[in-house]
Amino acid sequence: MNVIESRGLGKRYHSTWALRECTVAIPAGHVAALVGPNGAGKTTLLNLATGLAAPSAGGVTVLGGRPAGSPAALDGIAFVAQDMPMYKNLSARDMLHLTRNLNRRFDQQYAETRLGELGIPLKRKAGKLSGGQQAQLALTLALARRPRLLVLDEPMAMLDPIARHDFMASVMTAMVEGKGEGEEGGVSVVLSSHVLAELERVADYLILMSRGRVQVAGEVDDLLASHRMLTGPAAEADRYAERLSVVHARRGEAQAHLLVRGTADDPVAPGWEAHPVGLEELALAYLREPAAAALPGPDRARRGNASQPEVSR
Amino acid sequence: MDIDKEVNNEPRRPAGASPIEFRLDPSSGVPTYLQLVHQVEHALRLGYLKPGDQLPKVRDVVAALAINPNTVLKGYKELETKGLAAGRPGQGTFVQAALSQVALPELGALRKSLLGWLADADTAGLDEDGVVALFTSVLRDFDKGRGGQAGRGVASGETEGVA
Repeated sequence: MNVIESRGLGKRYHSTWALRECTVAIPAGHVAALVGPNGAGKTTLLNLATGLAAPSAGGVTVLGGRPAGSPAALDGIAFVAQDMPMYKNLSARDMLHLTRNLNRRFDQQYAETRLGELGIPLKRKAGKLSGGQQAQLALTLALARRPRLLVLDEPMAMLDPIARHDFMASVMTAMVEGKGEGEEGGVSVVLSSHVLAELERVADYLILMSRGRVQVAGEVDDLLASHRMLTGPAAEADRYAERLSVVHARRGEAQAHLLVRGTADDPVAPGWEAHPVGLEELALAYLREPAAAALPGPDRARRGNASQPEVSR
Repeated sequence: MDIDKEVNNEPRRPAGASPIEFRLDPSSGVPTYLQLVHQVEHALRLGYLKPGDQLPKVRDVVAALAINPNTVLKGYKELETKGLAAGRPGQGTFVQAALSQVALPELGALRKSLLGWLADADTAGLDEDGVVALFTSVLRDFDKGRGGQAGRGVASGETEGVA
């Protein structure tokens, strides 16, 4: 099952396309990270998937084909928006009450227990809680709806390091709790961020966006296994690069680094060293080469070296 | 929250708890699931873990380290594939076998010859980073089963500067 599936999806605000030709299929059971610079279209995609905005082109479904925004879709999705909107003058208890009455399903006991464990007083007004507590309250409201898909837009942007860690730990724990012994019933997570480093330990599916388009999509392990960094003499870089699928190249006077598509089993030319790449390194390489793409499906997977990166000086 | 505090002080072990706790080194470049595998192997070698011991529960690892549960499951699956651990339905994952260890006398001899080599490297003017770079490079070549080009790693003391 795909938790979010779009085909030719686009959103235009006046004459500007915030998102265009977006075709993605995010499988269930993952923590999928939507990564890209500000203005890449992350929030637009999430708003379309949650039914908060209507597409200008194409379509999007969630949770195995439910049209975005339909009652069936909304029942299964919980969304925590970027600034964690909350009625500042309502107490935590009132926020639970409100959310319970606005939704068809709400696990009051779970919510109260969770807030108790976190040491968040039910009497305290939402606006008086710390940033970390507000985030945890918003997350609790979302999880108490027992969603199949949890969507978080820039969830950690305003949190300090400890609050970030605790927030992420809560999200990850929710994935385990929903699961039980079998594979079914777990919560899938889709979250966006422009800070990839904080997602590196969490995400196992990556969607890299830039300029309103999806540039890279796939399981993190597959992406990392199909790329590597070659380091060797700069003088040979041009000649060597011709035989490779280079995503991005950096070179100094003597030494060059080529981020290439290829597996660890591929042979390496004498004098060159191959290193595995990290997620951040991979993402940065693609973001610096907007023409390069790594997308699933033979019909759409373009070779990275089609763009001829700046190997030549 | 007190998730991290619990990690550090654990004199008593309640039922169902594991003798070990995982930690992560984000700068190591080693994939998270492999770090978990290595730490279990390391704990087996050093005797912190014995056959029959329980590995940390997935939920506890996830809560303590804020990592994806699939990552923990992947690490545990790898340990099962290696025959070191086995899952028991409804209970968790348990250590299955001890790791074959190098006999202590041999270890002593290896250590001695390595010390001798380090002294040579020091005399030759190689600093610690140089030693690590050389060793890593040679080890990689050795793994590949071909020896040439071993000395190149020394020059690349610079690590990836992408930021």
